[in-house]
Amino acid sequence: MLILSRKKNESIIINDNIEISVVEIKGDQIKLGINAPRSVKIFRQEIYRAIQQANKEAVKTSSNLPDIEIFKNP
Amino acid sequence: MEIQTKAYGLIDVDERQKIIFPTGILGFENLKEYALLDASQQPFYWLQSLDMSEIAFVLINPLIFRPDYTPDVSAAELQEINLTADDKENSLIFTIVTIPEDQSRMTANLQGPVIINRKERIARQCISTNAKWQTQHFILDELAALKDSVC
Repeated sequence: MLILSRKKNESIIINDNIEISVVEIKGDQIKLGINAPRSVKIFRQEIYRAIQQANKEAVKTSSNLPDIEIFKNP
Repeated sequence: MEIQTKAYGLIDVDERQKIIFPTGILGFENLKEYALLDASQQPFYWLQSLDMSEIAFVLINPLIFRPDYTPDVSAAELQEINLTADDKENSLIFTIVTIPEDQSRMTANLQGPVIINRKERIARQCISTNAKWQTQHFILDELAALKDSVC
């Protein structure tokens, strides 16, 4: 992994058109500002993790699916 | 074409049921080819991997228990499967269901909807940008709440 040190208001440029800057530093939290084209997808990593985890749980579902009756009186 | 399935063993499906996930499904990035099957138990569907027969996801139309559901995914994600947000005619929206041993506690992942471009038969698991949608919505609880709000 490439590791760079940045101070407040400094930034890095990725691939000519993505700029990530350090906007604020407060205790153990930093605020990042991201300038990127609309076609770039940006998500918090934990959301990816949560969905991966949910998918791994989902494939454990048994082949015996519940009958439609289960929907009648929820 | 004949395919090996988790739920029904070896079955014959129409070529048009085949759906390509160019980037796979999160956590299963290597599996790109699936078949969309009607489950014997409505209103479920099976999204069956064509590469690994033991990998199959149960899908449901989220509007059945959340009529207010909108996927709210970024234009960039839709663009990857050649869709736009207003192209409702070509979009099929499903959510992945997890059914534990106690089936009444089944959940749907509304945060990671599966969106299919039905004309081109390519699809993607997108990520909703709406914090209202979580990975575990209890389907029967949502249905009960829906009934209460109607009565």
